[in-house]
Amino acid sequence: MVYAGIDIGSTAAKGVLLNEAKTEILARKLMPSGWNSRQTAEELHTWLLSLGHSREDLRIIATGYGRVSVPYADKTLTEITCHGKGAAFLGGGDLTVIDIGGQDTKVIVLTGGRVTDFVMNDKCSAGTGKFLEVMANRMGLGLDEFFAMAETGREVKISSMCTVFAESEIVSLMGLGTPREDIACGAVGSVVSKVSALVNRKSPSGKYYLTGGFCEAGFLVRKLGEVLGAEVITSPDGRFAGAIGAALLG
Amino acid sequence: MADYHEMWQSLGMDVKTHDLLCEALPGAFGDVYLSQDNRPEGMDYFNMVVAEIHGLRPAELVEHKKKGGKVVGTFCIHVPDEIPISAGAIATGLCSGSQFWVPGGEKKLPAATCPLIKASLGARFDRTCPFFRLADMFVGETTCDGKKKAWEILAEDAPMYIMDIPQMKRPKDYKHWEEEIHGYLKKCEELTGNRVTPANLRSAIILLNNKRKALQRLASFRKLDDIPISGKDVLLITQIAFYDDPARITSQIHKLCDELDTRAKNHVSVFPKGTKRILLTGTPLSIPNWKLHHIIETLGGAVVCEEMCTGIRYYEKCVDESGGTIDEMITNLTERYMGAIHCACFTPNRERIDDIKRLAEEYHADGVIDVNLKFCGIYDIEGHFVERELNAAGIPVLGIETDYTDQDAEQLKTRIGAFLEMLGN
Repeated sequence: MVYAGIDIGSTAAKGVLLNEAKTEILARKLMPSGWNSRQTAEELHTWLLSLGHSREDLRIIATGYGRVSVPYADKTLTEITCHGKGAAFLGGGDLTVIDIGGQDTKVIVLTGGRVTDFVMNDKCSAGTGKFLEVMANRMGLGLDEFFAMAETGREVKISSMCTVFAESEIVSLMGLGTPREDIACGAVGSVVSKVSALVNRKSPSGKYYLTGGFCEAGFLVRKLGEVLGAEVITSPDGRFAGAIGAALLG
Repeated sequence: MADYHEMWQSLGMDVKTHDLLCEALPGAFGDVYLSQDNRPEGMDYFNMVVAEIHGLRPAELVEHKKKGGKVVGTFCIHVPDEIPISAGAIATGLCSGSQFWVPGGEKKLPAATCPLIKASLGARFDRTCPFFRLADMFVGETTCDGKKKAWEILAEDAPMYIMDIPQMKRPKDYKHWEEEIHGYLKKCEELTGNRVTPANLRSAIILLNNKRKALQRLASFRKLDDIPISGKDVLLITQIAFYDDPARITSQIHKLCDELDTRAKNHVSVFPKGTKRILLTGTPLSIPNWKLHHIIETLGGAVVCEEMCTGIRYYEKCVDESGGTIDEMITNLTERYMGAIHCACFTPNRERIDDIKRLAEEYHADGVIDVNLKFCGIYDIEGHFVERELNAAGIPVLGIETDYTDQDAEQLKTRIGAFLEMLGN
């Protein structure tokens, strides 16, 4: 028996296959969630079945917003439980997980590998991946370029909490001729301050692990560490934390 | 529902718009309630009352008014129903738990107002709730900023009477509320033309205490390991208790409880073994707001207690029945209606936190969900203490904010689902 985790988020869909002992990641798959979760789930199913294991040998757990669209899953769990479990696997069992997702941000307190408390952002996209995606788009940049530019900029304050208002704030800044580098730096700063405010609503353990799609955005990770006053660790597998956790719970 | 169009027409309602509500309700009720397995038979009465929600009881109120009787509508459990009842009026809660009425309220109120207030004004101004047509007097109170300003707007269309609820619980505040209740009694006497006698007031106190005792008996079943009735069903009964005939609902609750006694003896539970038990605390859930109970119980939890106005605060404490004179009885009413209800409109409000902890223990709750209706500042801010104190007591707590729409159902399912998973590991 091998264990698969399917994590269909608002922006990216992730699949992971773990070995029988649940100690090793055998395969990973990352794809855009697209507009149809069911179809995305189907594609991940085809991928899973192409890995050389029969369906009877696979135990599949689904998580993420699209978890309800995975009819072949043996079980579904919320992404909070899965991210907690996945982060414990990647970073150890006593830490505070920060997951910056495409549509929401969560802070999960882990004690001995178990979720003991959590908080999610309010139903608004400030402080989420969506915020940076919208800002990058507005400036005609891909996310990688956006982060590279932000790193060389001087932070301008973007005070609007709402993504839509922040976008018009950026339009005004562009109108004033503010360099894109400074605006990008300001947008990252805005997300970091919103995320750290969420972290401070809980009793953080002082050790942070970042999961989600920004696990390789070094500039954001460093900025977050500066504001929190502690090191934020992560790894390229951070984006698979939800899927890993799902597979572990299979 | 039977055909009540003629009555609605005569009440000056916007029947066409109201029909939309009537069309939506059976489906919603069916999905949430009738889909439950193993419901007690005693729920039949309450199903019927909901099915006829804008017909049966309003028709009784119409009859009462035909005989010269008056109807007094209230919005808050700090306002004692014993007073209008002792003056021969019928007291009714004013419904405000549906998104259906919110857009109507938003015509007059800022969007950033709590849905309960918006729905209350919408129900009146849009003429889509018979209770809001039938009340001869609307009793508002100064519990929160939103309400007290909204009453000024409502007063342009409805006969308002405002009671000034204190914000603290010092001796002089009790004295003030006592005076307010005296004033309310006088006002109800003027409205009905009936003089309140000690005998009338005493029997009103006993009548409503009996209703409370029935609701207490019902709540006691939720303390059992095998819970014989769902949280949803108890919520429904509590909501109906706000506007049904008090004596009738008392006897119907006891009838249901007799059935639950048998279930308890046989260890019948409507939940599987090991179901996580949730205590809800926070802002009220007015009929037909069943959203949270439905989500929690569909996700495999059980709601065992509501530390809410539509819950424990409404029925847990009785009024002292020993008063002989009207003055003594009003002192006792003050004690009950101010001292025994711990709303976030008071400062400080330490007793509420103590209540949550006590109730979590009494009802063996595995976790607490602190619910805040969007834009209710006082409960939102008090959430700070709820979370901190429960954490200190080792009781898991989840804070959520919601309104009357269904748009956030998926997000709520993720939060509540994760909370239940957390309790289970």
